Amino acid sequence: MNPMLNLWLIPILPLAGAAINGFLGKNSSRRAVTTIALVFSGAAFAMALWVTMRFSSLSVPYHENLAHWIRTGSFAVDFAFYLDQLSLVMLLVVSGVGFLIHIYSVGYMWDDPGYYRFFSYLNLFMFFMLTLVLADNYLVMFIGWEGVGLASYLLIGFWFTKDSAAAAGKKAFIVNRIGDFGFLIALFLLIKHFGSLNFDQVFQSVAPLGAEKAGAGLLTAIGILLMVGACGKSAQIPLYIWLPDAMEGPTPVSALIHAATMVTAGVYMVSRSHMIFERAPMALTVVAIIGTLTAFFAATIGVVQTDIKKVLAYSTVSQLGYMFMACGVGAFSAGIFHLMTHAFFKGLLFLAAGSVIHAVGGEQDMRKMGGLRTKIPWTFWTMTAGTLTIAGIPGLAGFFSKDEILWRAYQASWAYWLVGLTTACITSFYMFRLWFMTFFGEYRGEAQTHSAHDAHGGHGHGGIHESPRVMVIPLAILAVLSVVGGYVGVPGSLGGNNRFDKFLGPVFHGSAPADAQQAPMGEKSAPAQETEGPEAKSGVSTELIFTAISVVAALLGLGLAWQLYYRNPHLPQKIAASMSGTYQTLLHKYYVDELYGALFVRPLINGSTRILWQGVDRKIIDAAVNDAGDGARHVSDEVRHMQSGNIRSYAGWVAAGSALVIAFMIWMWTGAR
Amino acid sequence: MVPLSYYLLLSGFLFACGVAGFLIKRNIITIFMSIELMLNGVNLSFVAFAAHWHALAGQVFVFFVMVVAAAEAAVGLAIIIAVYRTRETLNVDQVNLLKL
Repeated sequence: MNPMLNLWLIPILPLAGAAINGFLGKNSSRRAVTTIALVFSGAAFAMALWVTMRFSSLSVPYHENLAHWIRTGSFAVDFAFYLDQLSLVMLLVVSGVGFLIHIYSVGYMWDDPGYYRFFSYLNLFMFFMLTLVLADNYLVMFIGWEGVGLASYLLIGFWFTKDSAAAAGKKAFIVNRIGDFGFLIALFLLIKHFGSLNFDQVFQSVAPLGAEKAGAGLLTAIGILLMVGACGKSAQIPLYIWLPDAMEGPTPVSALIHAATMVTAGVYMVSRSHMIFERAPMALTVVAIIGTLTAFFAATIGVVQTDIKKVLAYSTVSQLGYMFMACGVGAFSAGIFHLMTHAFFKGLLFLAAGSVIHAVGGEQDMRKMGGLRTKIPWTFWTMTAGTLTIAGIPGLAGFFSKDEILWRAYQASWAYWLVGLTTACITSFYMFRLWFMTFFGEYRGEAQTHSAHDAHGGHGHGGIHESPRVMVIPLAILAVLSVVGGYVGVPGSLGGNNRFDKFLGPVFHGSAPADAQQAPMGEKSAPAQETEGPEAKSGVSTELIFTAISVVAALLGLGLAWQLYYRNPHLPQKIAASMSGTYQTLLHKYYVDELYGALFVRPLINGSTRILWQGVDRKIIDAAVNDAGDGARHVSDEVRHMQSGNIRSYAGWVAAGSALVIAFMIWMWTGAR
Repeated sequence: MVPLSYYLLLSGFLFACGVAGFLIKRNIITIFMSIELMLNGVNLSFVAFAAHWHALAGQVFVFFVMVVAAAEAAVGLAIIIAVYRTRETLNVDQVNLLKL
């Protein structure tokens, strides 16, 4: 019997903070708002740590039923929470990184007039995200899923007086809606065929089923629809277009929502549904292909971006692609591992980028930065840690997680591995490009002009300056996590024992379909193949070779960036000029926005204007109303002559009417005979 | 024995005369008399049916109608006198204050 953990407190605490700040914050002092926001999000984190401490004594999965929600016949959905190894990892990442970013935001947003509003939204986001990861069934998860979408919309459009920010918020919301549609349909299918949305019940019904080899079956359909939902939330092809635009929001928001936590919800959801995916090889293949393509294409776009946040945004899309690639080859724990390290290093990179933007007075264009190395040393060193981590330099967190994914991808197909490796090289290149452009060379901006800081109120001080301590400390903590975070999952081939994989083992292993031996994906997801199976011995040395190859790829990217952006800063322009076709395509992000505009947006607007508004609304609905009015007036015009005011004419009408009634009655009477 | 139809024809004739007078005449007294004529036309058909079907209800109705007609005549004539005193005319076409 499990002790009562009161898990429900974890999401409810930030909600209370959001409510207090939202309703009372306007008239409170900044200090009070800060206290409320930090205390409630910090309490959620403390609670998560406390739960972690007691986790080993729990029998997992731990259920907590808060209240009945929907009960009709045999179908039941409750407000219930669920804790197993997977949700514990997510819980720690979300509450921990979330709390750090709350602290950072105190410094970053201090001068903003919407200070209380910002923290209210941020706490609200924490509530929904924690609900999402702690949900016991798909519907509670869906509440969180939609809620983080709402919080994301509110925070992207935080500076709503700016047209581009308001538009970006709407774009994010609408694109997510498309994905949510797929998710919802998947839920309906689950209800129809399994009669439940509870994780345990659904997976119990799924467990005895074999893999759907021929492809299109029920589980494949559910899997692909779930993936559509994940594509929306986690910004994968074809629905990734909202994420780069989401950079209109304040930088802490980009770090928390659009890098570390919310966008990984899709990966979490797919991993949570691994029982379904493992039985639908075709759906898994779709996941893997989408992930691989997204990783590659987003990385290539990132190469030519000049806005520091846009580079990181495309990098996020690309890294999410890696996670889906991992899920798609059945290496769910590797995907979650990368999710965790990515939350650390990408959160760090975004916060450091925010610190850079803060330092240069709101400038986001890297072409106007440069030489900041000595001026903002803390930011520089933490950013360096983040860059080295994401590039996959050995020993850092990103190296272990990315390497694990690439190795597992190779086991599924060399094509995934090759694209993944190329992407790793490109990743290293664009990250070091960012690093060199920002911190090395000459300062290219207009010094001493600090009109605006990230589009909000000025600071009233000049010069490039290091950020306040409240911003630097979260940076330092995240930098440490980025550096050492990988050691929880060192793979066997490198002398570790992959504790992370083993920790998540109870969730992911032993769940493969019964006929896994014949299913290509099922075998790859078999547990701990370093120690089991015939290829175990040769596997270790092969894995080491592959590790070496990916390190070389990372160094290659680093060297290329060094050559182009440090030694010969004029070379990139020449290359861009000589390959202007490719360059323009990349600069315009493969014209995907334009394509969607031509395919969906403009037909929709034109159709709405010409057919629905001018045609249906004006000519049918409005016309019906107007004609009804006109008709009534014309009829009245004729009929009003009856009301002459002449008594005898009234009498005449009465007589005529009576005569008519009598005639009718006689006619009826004779007719009835 | 006079057949029922004769009574009914006479009744209808009287009623039609009443309607015609009501519609054609302008003098309010004449209109009033036309109303009495219609009422009595109906009364006649009532008693005729009562006799024919040997049902007493028809005759009772006739008494009701006569009582109401008497009351109506009293009220009506009082109104006519009031109208004549204020408007100095008995022509209904000139009593048209309610007209638009």
